[in-house]
Amino acid sequence: MTVIQKKPENPIEHLTREDIELIGKELDTIRQEVRDSLGADDAKYIRTVIDVQRKLELGSRAVLLFSKFPPAWVLGTAGLSVAKILENMEIGHNILHGQWDWMRDPKIHSTTWEWDMASPAEQWKHSHNELHHTYTNVIGKDNDLGYGIMRVDEDQKWHPMYLAQPLWNFINACFFEYGIAAYDLELGKNLATKKRRNDPKFRAATKQVLKKIRNQAAKDYVVHPLLSGPSFLPTLAANFTANVVRNLWSHSVIMCGHFPEGVETFEKTSIDGETRGEWYVRQMLGSANISGSKAMHIMTGNLSHQVEHHLFPDLPSNRYAEIAPRVKEIFDRYGLTYHSAPLYKQVASAWHKVIRLSLPNGWLAETTPKNAPAQVVKLVRMTTGGKKVRRQLMRAAA
Amino acid sequence: MTATAPRSAVTRTPARTALRDRVLKFAELVTTPLLPVDYLDLFDPLRSGAALRGRIEAVQPETRDAATIVIRPGRDWLPHVPGQYVRIGIDVDGVRQWRAYSITSILDRADGCFTITVKAIPDGKVSNYLVRRARPGTIIQLDQATGEFCLPEQAPAKALFVTAGSGITPVMGILRNSAEQLTDTVLVHSSPTADDVVFGDELRRLAAEGRIRLIEQHTDTAGMLDARSIAELVPDLHERATWACGPVGMLEALEEHWAEAGLADRLYTERFRPRILVTGEGGTVTFTKNGTTIEADGATPILDAAEDAGVLMPSGCRMGICFGCVLPMREGAVRDLRNGEITTAAPGDGVLIQTCISAAAGACDIDH
Repeated sequence: MTVIQKKPENPIEHLTREDIELIGKELDTIRQEVRDSLGADDAKYIRTVIDVQRKLELGSRAVLLFSKFPPAWVLGTAGLSVAKILENMEIGHNILHGQWDWMRDPKIHSTTWEWDMASPAEQWKHSHNELHHTYTNVIGKDNDLGYGIMRVDEDQKWHPMYLAQPLWNFINACFFEYGIAAYDLELGKNLATKKRRNDPKFRAATKQVLKKIRNQAAKDYVVHPLLSGPSFLPTLAANFTANVVRNLWSHSVIMCGHFPEGVETFEKTSIDGETRGEWYVRQMLGSANISGSKAMHIMTGNLSHQVEHHLFPDLPSNRYAEIAPRVKEIFDRYGLTYHSAPLYKQVASAWHKVIRLSLPNGWLAETTPKNAPAQVVKLVRMTTGGKKVRRQLMRAAA
Repeated sequence: MTATAPRSAVTRTPARTALRDRVLKFAELVTTPLLPVDYLDLFDPLRSGAALRGRIEAVQPETRDAATIVIRPGRDWLPHVPGQYVRIGIDVDGVRQWRAYSITSILDRADGCFTITVKAIPDGKVSNYLVRRARPGTIIQLDQATGEFCLPEQAPAKALFVTAGSGITPVMGILRNSAEQLTDTVLVHSSPTADDVVFGDELRRLAAEGRIRLIEQHTDTAGMLDARSIAELVPDLHERATWACGPVGMLEALEEHWAEAGLADRLYTERFRPRILVTGEGGTVTFTKNGTTIEADGATPILDAAEDAGVLMPSGCRMGICFGCVLPMREGAVRDLRNGEITTAAPGDGVLIQTCISAAAGACDIDH
């Protein structure tokens, strides 16, 4: 993959300026129609999800009080994992987007909500809502692309350290909530210089994150295990497992949103003076959906409708399914590709890309069983050799 | 009149307070990032210690467009003073709306409930909902009863009530609770027809029993009553303390007339609807915490106008999607630049607005 502007065949070349603005207008109309039709049923939906989630969490934690009995451990851990996933995905993520602010309920509002997550809501809202949703898939602007730690594009220069990228991605998936917290703090950038390290703003934000992590860890790894008495260790293990399950799940869903093959990325300069229509088109090309059952959509927080979510991040998630066919129709009519595939396919596609980009450009594609030994030798040379060797071999391959 | 006795707090020893605090702290460790109350609310939203709420127990029709709503308040509800009103927050079509309604029930009802009586006004979102659509079992938000439209400690020997339409509601609250104190009472009430008189039967019965003198004006046939005619109908008006509740126009006319007669201090009025906001192009925006006041036009987002004036504003995507710029509007009106929709806030509200896509549509106070 490469940024859309450098592709030999630009997938939006056939669109005129007017087309793009018309797409924008059509999408604005859909948005307005949904906004106008929001009502009691929608409010009931989110309140029901919250109610179910809280009762499921309470019930699961109650079962875990007896988790030294294996069936209780299994049941409690499964329930808590689902509860944590619901809390982060369909509830937390979407409330923090302001999807439910129209209800004017201070208890379910983007400015008051806090979630079961290492990153404090306030910091996450900045990096996610403001940066990621505004600069979606713009290389160098949207840090969600690889979270600043991965090679996400052929245009990024390959370096041997990227060989560890699949492992790194897996570890990040297991402890995703901490990765997000570090990422929201822009840890890499802010730890780099003394001046940045000592910036009072950064220090205050770090303190806030550490406090949140402390509370979260105390709850799952001290307080609830203690309450379980003789089931201390099984409860601790159950809570740890539930957190890892939730992290793996949300990491997978999020990877599917922008990382599968075919999703476009954009050049930094391409968004200067971008119109609303152009912004919409960038969101259309930069996202991918996951197809599946209703339960699957709820468990992904309806991020399975990533395309619809990116077009209308502040529309309630329960409405994405109903507008999806209309959105797809616009894609079809304007000759754009609407990416949608089952979860396993999208996850596999995203992982394939992670692995492909961990290797020098073209390496994976060129490798066949026949030339494998030679390819490995080449890779070793590129890894152990200096910059010069890499450049030479790279050029030879091209 | 029954005096309001504020519920005396259970006396706690310092040791008990400390223990209670420690238990609460521990409970917070268990439920973080939520609070223990978030879980308790799932099971008992009306319990003591919860945010004040109520449950609609019954909706009883009064006239073709008015109904009495029986509300069971949460356990922290304090007894009201007759004549007072209560602010209720109710979700209409999923959106929380706050309105004030006079309490019409007797104090100390056996079932522990109180009632409000609501007349549906044309295009009234909340009043129409309460009269025609509200169902028993609905949980609503409450504030404690408040208001000054009450009898003084020492009830006047002679009283006059002037009401129109749903203006009868606080007066009914007073009449039902103050039978012994009010010995000489005149009620002048205007409504379109005899059938439209809210509590018509009860008022006529009170009149028949000689408890009050009732003057009904049916405006569909007899026209509106002006202040001068009231003076003619009630010749001993100057001897009476007067309470008036009704449309703004009526109240202003009465206030003028009573002032001319030198009786201004004997007239108590109650406005039950906020003043209609003049919405137009642009307006004065006041940032109450910051102290800055700016003149913003109707086409510029408040965010931009404020920043141009040097106000430090929270901001985000500047296109209405990220909600990084949301601030509470305490009073006023703004226009959503995307669709022209007007959002208004009555004094005391905290309607959250996105400053990046909202322009002033009249004067507004923003809590920032």
